[in-house]
Amino acid sequence: MAQLLPKVDAVIVGFGWTGAIMAQELTDAGLNVLALERGRWMDTSTDFATTFAQDELRYYWRKSLFERPAHETLTIRNNTGQAALPMRELGSFLPGTGVGGAGIHWNGQLWRFLPSDFQARSHNLSRYGKAAVPDDMTIQDYPVTYDELEPFYDKFEYLCGCSGKAGNLKGQIQPGGDPFEGPRSRDYPNPPLAMPYAPTLFAQAAAGMGYHPFPHPAANASQAYVNPLGVQLAPCTFCGFCEKYGCGNYSKASSQTTILPVLLRKPNFTLKTDSEVLRINRAPDGKSVTGVTYIDASGAEYEQPAEMVLLCAYVLHNVRLLLLSGIGAPYDPATGQGVIGKNYAYQITSSVKFKFDDKLLNPFIGAGALGMMMNDFNGDNFDHTGLGFIGGGYIGVLQTGARPIETLFDSGDLSQWGAAWKQKVAHDYLRSFFIATHGAVMSHRGNYLDLDPTYHDVFGRPLMRMTFDYTDNEHRMSDFLTDKATAIAHAMNASTVTPKPRQGSWSVVPYQTTHNTGGAIMGADPHSSAINRYLQSWDAPNLFVLGSTAFPQNAGYNPTGTVAALAYHAADAIRTQYLKAPGQPLVQA
Amino acid sequence: MKRDGAGKTGAPTRLVDRRRLLGVGVALSAAPLAGAAAETIGGGQGMPFTPNQADYPNAPDPAHRYDYFNPAEAAFVEAAAARMIPADALGPGAVEAGVPVFIDRQLAGDYGKATRMYMQGPWAKGEKTQGYQSRFTPAQMYRAAIPPIDTAAGGGGFAKLKGDDQDAFLKRLQTGQVDLGQVDAVGFFTLLLQNVMEGFFSDPIYGGNRDMAGWKLIGFPGARYDQTEFVTQFGAPYPLPPVGIGGRPGWSGKA
Repeated sequence: MAQLLPKVDAVIVGFGWTGAIMAQELTDAGLNVLALERGRWMDTSTDFATTFAQDELRYYWRKSLFERPAHETLTIRNNTGQAALPMRELGSFLPGTGVGGAGIHWNGQLWRFLPSDFQARSHNLSRYGKAAVPDDMTIQDYPVTYDELEPFYDKFEYLCGCSGKAGNLKGQIQPGGDPFEGPRSRDYPNPPLAMPYAPTLFAQAAAGMGYHPFPHPAANASQAYVNPLGVQLAPCTFCGFCEKYGCGNYSKASSQTTILPVLLRKPNFTLKTDSEVLRINRAPDGKSVTGVTYIDASGAEYEQPAEMVLLCAYVLHNVRLLLLSGIGAPYDPATGQGVIGKNYAYQITSSVKFKFDDKLLNPFIGAGALGMMMNDFNGDNFDHTGLGFIGGGYIGVLQTGARPIETLFDSGDLSQWGAAWKQKVAHDYLRSFFIATHGAVMSHRGNYLDLDPTYHDVFGRPLMRMTFDYTDNEHRMSDFLTDKATAIAHAMNASTVTPKPRQGSWSVVPYQTTHNTGGAIMGADPHSSAINRYLQSWDAPNLFVLGSTAFPQNAGYNPTGTVAALAYHAADAIRTQYLKAPGQPLVQA
Repeated sequence: MKRDGAGKTGAPTRLVDRRRLLGVGVALSAAPLAGAAAETIGGGQGMPFTPNQADYPNAPDPAHRYDYFNPAEAAFVEAAAARMIPADALGPGAVEAGVPVFIDRQLAGDYGKATRMYMQGPWAKGEKTQGYQSRFTPAQMYRAAIPPIDTAAGGGGFAKLKGDDQDAFLKRLQTGQVDLGQVDAVGFFTLLLQNVMEGFFSDPIYGGNRDMAGWKLIGFPGARYDQTEFVTQFGAPYPLPPVGIGGRPGWSGKA
């Protein structure tokens, strides 16, 4: 029997980026907030200090900071004709666990989506006609616009000390920035990071071809910075252990380096670690939630009542908790009815390797979001007429640091060994890098999430089942980006150019990106979506669902900037509207 | 009873048979795995054990470097690693850099036991896109794969083959042309190659990459955290020697 605890104003499930943002905002509003995190406490000086953080084996190959499938995983299949099997070890994506979540080991690639990304359906229909959006492509417009989110993108960029160069200030195109981006109210808080050789060579070639390269917006501080909460970040030192690693240098923005030093001092905030929420509890009439039930490390169960519940776990866990708690109608791909699990999407990536026999690139120098990128072929920045796909992605050289095992071991090319291989890598390692492409994934009727009928987690709860594959739209788009990147690599006058297109079905190996999206999407009405424009559940108005869970489809950008902007947008609505009439819907169904 | 050192036993046939049969006990509870000869017990073939080959623990022999590998396994891993990254004019190879010791330690610990992995059934081979679906932990996979490798290699086992023949055999393994019974040959080759690369290029504190031989080979500077002054030195050779998490020999006046 679960022990009943005293009621709190708000309980937060999962304490990564969105949990910290919501806790900070709601405690500012005077609420008594409790955050429950299934993992452990982590901080910079204890868990990823500069004296040992640069450890490729421990952090990437042995996955020290990531979620443990032994504890919780999901089952996977490409289509309903296959038997779903458990993801027994992480590969394609790397969810985090513990305080800070995946925000500990992200790269700090801090993008805004394009204004047209928020109107993916109506924009493409109006520009290209009905044939451009096949019946099975279940894309939807966001119920918010870029202009509505702009102040909240800005707020997060200033919280993180983002380094970059604006390309569009209040409608005025700025030289050196991204001319395709939506209008910004002001420039980034910090100038771009110093740029190493390979991205510079890329930018020169791309500019020579008439494209518009610019420095990647980076939540890696280019100089000492004090954020609006008074928390200090230190200049990035380009150690090359950023993505998949914790930053030992207080340079990469995470909740630890931007919010927690302020939040944890507040008397109206409490964090409980090693506390895993088993389910969200519903009121007898099913029209609201009453709190959560969680289990601690000793196995003791607690019922935590709360006036409001904020679901802030990783996207996949948010969806699973909704399904396990019976909140919202599960999506059925056969009928297209139901909303929980609908419109799961991902990202499609490819690369083009290049080598210069006559240049040392020193690719081990790196930072998570260090690079020169171009959005000439992202979103609807180019005419898709006759191309057979919609959407796009960015292209660029992102020099995150060439950790040796990741760079030299490719499980897709098992011929890489022996005396000739040794001679080759001894010469090539310092002279090689690659152009990356990072493309959108449109939502599709057959790509969805539900509960697995066979497999269970350590608590005996059903695992979630992911049914996902790329469609022709994604492959055509990714091939298009790969061809453009290949042409740029040749224009760089590289000695060797090797395209690595993304072929065939989505596979759980190798690593691609941790940009899972959808499953409880935001929308204009309860028939087509699980939550409204303020991330408020249509089914239970005192439940809010944070994260990329809300994306109706994925864009060609990394998701964190939009995840945070949606969180601040929701927090603003809670503070200015919801708390005046708690328990009421902010949008009438 | 003192155990022979690694590589001295030449993969005796009796040991190979014993290991294959041990694998059987594990496989009995598994439902639909592909049938290898050694999976069938009984049927007039007698009791599934070999006299005088008990699975005694490794004695703490100072000359014996391995915690997990038995002599035949060590002989195979040493021989295969030496072909995957050979010692040559460019510098030490995998064996000189301690890679077999690295792999042994990894298999003896959490990684070898798959403590992170979801290892609950039911089990099925699955599609290639569904990733690792073997019931074997990494350590169990080495144990199950090496005896049939030595049998398929013939003679005294893989380690006794000539270098060129070892290369040819590894290429057959790499392309799935060797039947390893319950173990998928390409899956095992992938695991072995990954572990060899890990041992050659990971931080020396894990027992491989001895004297930072792997990092020196390619020019990786190791566990440094401040590269600020080198970011914009386009094309300039990097001037600093590699350093590990535990430092480098120069810090103690040894090099």
